Amino acid sequence: MSIDELLRPFEFEFFRNGLYVATIAGALCGVVGCYVVLRNMSYIGHGLSHSIFGGYAVAGLAGVNLFLGAGIWGVVTALAVGGIVRRRPIGSDAAIGVVTTASFALGLALVQLYGSPGRNADALLFGNVLGVTTSDVWLIVGVALATGAVVFFFYRPLLFTTFDTQVASATGVRTGWIDALLMVVLSATVLATMNVMGVTLIAATLVVPAVVARMLTDSFGKMLGLSLLIGATSGFVGMNASYHLDVASGPTIVLVSASFFVVAYVAGGRLRRRAGAVGHAH
Amino acid sequence: MSRTGLSATAGGLIVAEQLTVNYDGGPPVLIDVDLTVEPGDLIGIVGPSGSGKSTLLRAMLGTVGAVSGSVRRVPGLSVGLVPQVETIDWNFPVTVAECVGMARARGLRTPWITRSERREIGEVLERLGLHGLGDRHIRDLSGGQQQRVFLARALFTKAEVIFLDEPTSGLDVRTRHDVLHLLDDLNDQGLTIVLTTHDLNGIAAHLPTIVCLNRSVIGAGRPDEVLVPEVLEQTYGSPMEVLEHGGMRVVVDAPIDRTVTPLRRAVAGRGESSA
Repeated sequence: MSIDELLRPFEFEFFRNGLYVATIAGALCGVVGCYVVLRNMSYIGHGLSHSIFGGYAVAGLAGVNLFLGAGIWGVVTALAVGGIVRRRPIGSDAAIGVVTTASFALGLALVQLYGSPGRNADALLFGNVLGVTTSDVWLIVGVALATGAVVFFFYRPLLFTTFDTQVASATGVRTGWIDALLMVVLSATVLATMNVMGVTLIAATLVVPAVVARMLTDSFGKMLGLSLLIGATSGFVGMNASYHLDVASGPTIVLVSASFFVVAYVAGGRLRRRAGAVGHAH
Repeated sequence: MSRTGLSATAGGLIVAEQLTVNYDGGPPVLIDVDLTVEPGDLIGIVGPSGSGKSTLLRAMLGTVGAVSGSVRRVPGLSVGLVPQVETIDWNFPVTVAECVGMARARGLRTPWITRSERREIGEVLERLGLHGLGDRHIRDLSGGQQQRVFLARALFTKAEVIFLDEPTSGLDVRTRHDVLHLLDDLNDQGLTIVLTTHDLNGIAAHLPTIVCLNRSVIGAGRPDEVLVPEVLEQTYGSPMEVLEHGGMRVVVDAPIDRTVTPLRRAVAGRGESSA
């Protein structure tokens, strides 16, 4: 493949928009994903993306702003899961399974009955670069800036609450408020990323870069930076691959980040064995 | 004037009065508990599993509310908590410096540890014998060092009272002694310490003040006042015997089976040889 062929998609505005969104979304999910993974909430990322699909369909049917409606729906779902876990002897995984799949099922039923609000259901489920508009670019830029501000100004309470909620609470950190803030950020991230990734694959964009970064470092600060880089690179490379392979953007982005995982896994194992051998030699 | 310089005009830094606590409307975990923490205290709370030791710590920290009674704290009192090591996620990606630095989480702060904070962290780590370990992952430390990292985190917040939940759980004898001596040194420097422990002989008997708890306070005072068979039996619900060894009190299960007799003889024999 020549350079000209590689650069050809950049002539199209829809591709440039898709590339911006995919790259920023990758970086955004990489950062938010660190908290999701370290809180053992990988399943809620998956569940929330499905749940928001339900909110999207309901908002469309009710004639309210899709972004606002789906966003509020996502936050309410996340808080409902937390409320059920606190009030009933039900594990968080089970509560997520009940609430979010019910919401997803509602979304599917409404889309089948009344049609998709705004864009077709396949694009929502699996992502579609053709569906990305300039307003989507501004939306992801806005969510990314807001998330960056939250992570910057609440870095330590977020880290403390994620690492050790009980002690954070005992030393005066408002952990309930921090948890709710993270849920709002997560819901906004999922919503803004849905167009490119599709609801079925957003969880992977949240989880895989953070897991790869975790395998590469023992420092939280470095993990956050690495995860951002891996997510952004996966979005950029995956979007280009999507165009050239003529495959939906969601799967190609996830496959690129999964390849990072394979490389980190194999290289990490070799480094560990080498370190072990050196350790034994001493 | 107290050793810490704190004024405890309300009768103590922390005062629990007729404190009753339950979880979600269930049966009470604590019933009518009265406890006063004075400046410079070093208090050990002992009792069987489920006796409410950790709940009492949480109530004094303010993370668990009272059903009736109250917990009063001196306004502006800074407290720290050292959790049980079993509750720590040792795979969490956090270095020693990050672990200590995260504790200053209130108010607007930079994400990164500032130069002055780095200097302070270095001083705290050095004070606790952890010099040069700031960049190490917390998993890569020994049990005693891990315990001290969380103590350093509490000290970094400039806590005036530090609560430790089972600080010697899972530690070997030597490390347990090291932790005990460290707590004693910190207490001598003016730090008020309240801890829970299952270890009557290795920890509690060495502390100046012991509180025996089983939902309510069964006894409180010096080891020679509290480590007596009547109080211990009421606390633990089973007969216990107290022996003297080298001026220390040694608690053993009452001789309800034959295995205790040789142990008692052995302990008594050592006491005689050391006398």
